[in-house]
Amino acid sequence: MELKGYSHKFGDDVNTDYIISGKYKFSTIDMDELSVHLMEDLRPNFYNEIKKGDFIVAGENFGCGSSREQAPLVIKHAGISAVIATSFARIFYRNSINIGLPLVEVPTNNIDEGDLLTVDLEKGIVKNLTKDEVLKIKSLPKVMLKILQSGGLVNYYKKYGTLELID
Amino acid sequence: MSTYKTISEKIFSDHLGRDVEAGEIVIVDVDFMMGQDGTTPLAIKTFENVGAKKVANPEKVAFVIDHNAPSPSEKVSALHKLMRDFSSNYGTKFYDIGEGICHQLIPEKGHALPGQIVIGADSHTCTYGAINCFSTGVGSTDLAIAMASGKLWFKVPQSVKIVLEGSLPTGVYSKDVALYIIKNLTANGATYKAVEFEGPVIDNLSVEARFTISNMSVEMGAKVGLMKVDEKAENWIKERTDKPFKSYEPDESANYEEIYKFDVSDLEPQIAKPHAVDNVSPISEVEGIPIHQGLLGTCTNGRIEDLRIAANILKGKRIHKGVRLIVAPASKDTLLKAMNEGIIQTLIQAGATVVAPGCGPCVGTHNGVPSDGENVISSANRNFKGRMGNNKAFIYLGSPATVAASCIEGKITDPRKYL
Repeated sequence: MELKGYSHKFGDDVNTDYIISGKYKFSTIDMDELSVHLMEDLRPNFYNEIKKGDFIVAGENFGCGSSREQAPLVIKHAGISAVIATSFARIFYRNSINIGLPLVEVPTNNIDEGDLLTVDLEKGIVKNLTKDEVLKIKSLPKVMLKILQSGGLVNYYKKYGTLELID
Repeated sequence: MSTYKTISEKIFSDHLGRDVEAGEIVIVDVDFMMGQDGTTPLAIKTFENVGAKKVANPEKVAFVIDHNAPSPSEKVSALHKLMRDFSSNYGTKFYDIGEGICHQLIPEKGHALPGQIVIGADSHTCTYGAINCFSTGVGSTDLAIAMASGKLWFKVPQSVKIVLEGSLPTGVYSKDVALYIIKNLTANGATYKAVEFEGPVIDNLSVEARFTISNMSVEMGAKVGLMKVDEKAENWIKERTDKPFKSYEPDESANYEEIYKFDVSDLEPQIAKPHAVDNVSPISEVEGIPIHQGLLGTCTNGRIEDLRIAANILKGKRIHKGVRLIVAPASKDTLLKAMNEGIIQTLIQAGATVVAPGCGPCVGTHNGVPSDGENVISSANRNFKGRMGNNKAFIYLGSPATVAASCIEGKITDPRKYL
């Protein structure tokens, strides 16, 4: 499956407090209500700039900070199809895999705001159509790909009724 | 496969009954799991969504209400009720408002022991590594699946070692050491990795002071901040539980991605400046910056020793006019001890406001949201923009001593002049 959308470019060390501020996340678990606040401390009105299928593109250590799963959930709910970053923080990484938000780890210094991109997770390729460039994605461990293909850990567990690794 | 192992590789190998090494993805039984009120409601929703009928091992699960304790709003109250109802239906352990911060309670109640694998739906779960427990922060879905199945998937992490040499000067504390390490390794310096701390500086620290360092290991991206168990740690644990445990030491030739050595004998008090934890300066470079609020507490530095240090500085003094000092003890036990020792009286007489044990001011939910343009000096672990509930405020991080001294003078102050 190929994902296609425009790039929204952020810097290094985007933490989960920036993705969704603690002052909102503690009072509700309704992701539609939370999504409108996505990245608002960094870029007010960001939610309204997103077209369904767009990408968040960032530098190093995206998603550092708290363990709040609301962070990848609001990104997914806001219509972002994948996050592309040079590197990701650990808990954010596993939370995203668990909830079925694809993460793409490639160097992003040459991707700019507004570039039109496609991502093919199976083939492991990011194409920058604006700049006519192709980037190779590091392949995911089998378990993680399996969880992502099931649509997240919840669906995986529902499907297989166990946490054992199914080959 | 290397026969020499890190602490993490040993703990995972023993749990699985076979040799594993860093990089492998494994599924293991979790010894204990914890969720707080910011993450558990979502875990409960997910638990119900997967159709789980029971919690695999309710005695190995604890919920803690600490992020909004007591509840500041109707909506939060509804989420707290969801947690209370779930806990009483499924028989999990429950620590309600006023009991304290999860990362103080879990080790304090003997739920996290050396050699165990413990998860918590909170990023600072890495704290219990100070007592040799492989403890790490996870998300709500992880907690839900672990409650249902008793297990979770992990990547056995690569390890880095940090050796702390020399001896700490007076007025310089484990918090200063943690900030100094993060400055050197950066916010991204140990991402995905287990950190093992050792050396004479760690040996000489109290167990409480060691928790501060392990607590902050996630601020450089680490999965856990592990230490060995010495006699001090063993006594600390045995005072709290009679459960048996097995601790692990790394093999000398174990495989570390990197070994860092720091001599801290000449270290000054350190300050993390807005808006990043790795934006650290020695205090001499930031002295004199005006402050409007101080926060003494949190899972980093809200323990009895921290309150003692602050009270010794504030005894017989008054905080500066126009400064608020908020004190949130890490747990009910900490608060009771502080009352018995007269610390709470000292702090209140000096002008402090004491709030219920919990996380509120640090995470910006209630109990002290700063105003636009204000500067806060805090003993917490994070100073991100908006962290304390206002994205136009500025947060500086330092030791409890630095917080106390700065509140007396109304500006960032080197605490050593008050010792």
